[in-house]
Amino acid sequence: MNIHEHQAKEVLKSFGAPVAKGVAITSLDQAEAAINALPGPLWVVKSQIHAGGRGKGKFIEKEAGEKGGVRLGFSKEQALEHVKAMFGRHLVTAQTGAGGKQVNRIYVEDGADIEKELYLSMLVDRGTGRVAFMVSTEGGMDIEQVAHDTPEKILTLSIDPATGVTEADSKKIAEALKLTGAAAADMLTLAPTLYTAFTSKDMSMLEVNPLIVMKDGHLRVLDAKVSFDDNALAIKGRHDDIMALRDTSEEDEKEIAAKEWDLAYIPLDGTIGCMVNGAGLAMATMDIIKLYGEEPANFCDVGGGAGKEKVAAAFKIIMQDPKVKGILVNIFGGIMKCDVIAEGVLAAVKETNLSVPLVVRLEGTNVELGKKIINESGLAVISANDLDDAAQKIVAAIKGK
Amino acid sequence: MSILIDKNTKVLTQGMTGKTGTFHTEQGIAYGTQFVGGITPGKGGQKWTGKLPDGSTVERPLFNTVAEARDATGANATVIYVPPSGCAAAILEAIDAEIPLIVTITEGVPVLDMVKVKDRLNKSKSRLIGPNCPGVLTPGECKIGIMPGNIFSKGSVGVLSRSGTLTYEAVFQTTNEGLGQTTAVGIGGDPVKGTDFIDVLEMFLADDATKSIIMIGEIGGSGEEDAAQFLKDEAKRGRKKPMVGFIAGRTAPKGRTMGHAGAIVSGGKGDAESKIEAMQSAGIVVSDSPARLGKTLAEVLKR
Repeated sequence: MNIHEHQAKEVLKSFGAPVAKGVAITSLDQAEAAINALPGPLWVVKSQIHAGGRGKGKFIEKEAGEKGGVRLGFSKEQALEHVKAMFGRHLVTAQTGAGGKQVNRIYVEDGADIEKELYLSMLVDRGTGRVAFMVSTEGGMDIEQVAHDTPEKILTLSIDPATGVTEADSKKIAEALKLTGAAAADMLTLAPTLYTAFTSKDMSMLEVNPLIVMKDGHLRVLDAKVSFDDNALAIKGRHDDIMALRDTSEEDEKEIAAKEWDLAYIPLDGTIGCMVNGAGLAMATMDIIKLYGEEPANFCDVGGGAGKEKVAAAFKIIMQDPKVKGILVNIFGGIMKCDVIAEGVLAAVKETNLSVPLVVRLEGTNVELGKKIINESGLAVISANDLDDAAQKIVAAIKGK
Repeated sequence: MSILIDKNTKVLTQGMTGKTGTFHTEQGIAYGTQFVGGITPGKGGQKWTGKLPDGSTVERPLFNTVAEARDATGANATVIYVPPSGCAAAILEAIDAEIPLIVTITEGVPVLDMVKVKDRLNKSKSRLIGPNCPGVLTPGECKIGIMPGNIFSKGSVGVLSRSGTLTYEAVFQTTNEGLGQTTAVGIGGDPVKGTDFIDVLEMFLADDATKSIIMIGEIGGSGEEDAAQFLKDEAKRGRKKPMVGFIAGRTAPKGRTMGHAGAIVSGGKGDAESKIEAMQSAGIVVSDSPARLGKTLAEVLKR
């Protein structure tokens, strides 16, 4: 799960990380009070959407002006103008897609005197199985670009879970960032602070880009992007405070419905809806559709233990997508029984008045029974023998239309 | 021959009295696996009762702790169906009891819990398979986990995979080709896991009965690239077996987690093309279609 920048900063602040003073607003009438709550002389007005590249983004609406999603106000009046220009408009960034994302929240922050911009992030390093810091002197830049062009400018430091961040670790980070004086001293507390925040809140990614050295020599978290481990959030009572930060307006409606049914569903751009058990097989099903010349409309993994209701719910979610011109159900039953899948599919077909071709491929436990249920249903369901056969049949079916 | 498990493996079930634990222990016993007992804290001294597909009932002793169960039964493997909230603790308990093989089926274990587990695992004598995996199966001898036993046949192909259902595809197809399997291992789809490709490849290379290998990877991480490098190095030492591979997720969008917590292309790493390239450079014949793993292997073996 992702959260907004202002929420991420609130979380980091609660652990003692240095962040600027700021106020988030969710309606225009809150704007003046927010601006008045900050001392000036510089107000930073930041669009809050779940996508990176906001500063370099561009609004679709002309009324929003030419500037990006992060603007500087050198007076209260100018700050207010920026809020009014951006609020409710659609911001397009490198990560949003062409339609952009509507700005329903704005964060007004106290401006900082920046001496130097640095990069710091944390993630779980799969290679070592440990939490790792990634730091670079190239702050404010696209880190993937830095990693590609000048990998020697990035330090990756994995942390021993038995000890946590040691003083030696913090010093290595400070050294890699070429910090001196107050900033180097700040890092001795900032690195362990961020590590504690990361581990105690089950973060999967924490990116501070930029981390800045201010003119007074101290460090500050200028931007913050945080994602959490959905597995940890799914455990009731483990992070109720973080769950409260979820902003469903940032999520696809179909994805929200899928989450309620504990389905892994991701909408894509193609025309063939897929319902599969198992993440690997679901990806492979998408791949094989492409191999035969069509594009998948979604990724959908109904999981290992899906019952009839869950299968029907998945089917309905897939059908909600107007791009779907045909559906491929591909189930290799290990835990799942094919007859249960068949019944779920038939129930959903009847309920949704299915109007597009449907190909069903079943294999595994109770496969004969499952095929029999489908074949004797009297419904227009195309049965397939294996994955190749299934992919070819659904592609042929939608091309025949 | 086989790897990891055989007819002499004695297995415990942690989380035996839950619905999933019960069902798959029944299936395992019906397959002929020696399930010798289970662990459910608070139910030690009681009996677990299971119902087999033929209608007969079976009983196994329950214990409060893994250590007690190990002492009483001589078990050398354990399978874990404990829900995510208590899963890491269950694995740690099995590590502390020095169970040689720990197979964790549970999906949804928080990754930072696994960071702690991995640290303890590295300092232990145990091997962990999983979490978020379908288990391990040696045809006709031992079935630990949730793989459907009826698609297997005894044979010469070693199967290893990050994905459960794609493991079934590979098994089913090699059975249909008349090749059969030595052992199938699902290493699981999580970013931090007990066993990676290299460990299993090493075992398959060393196993005389394994004449060829199918390896199925997916987007995310660099396990496949590391495995390819390992295979290249081993080939220089003269250790090489015919291999067919597949990578799932060629069409997956960047930055999205594709169901498995570990299946994500991020930070410019983990995309399908670089994995396929690495595997091909190590001499693996990578199939375009997940439906042609068996056929492709049969063709490779005829060359």
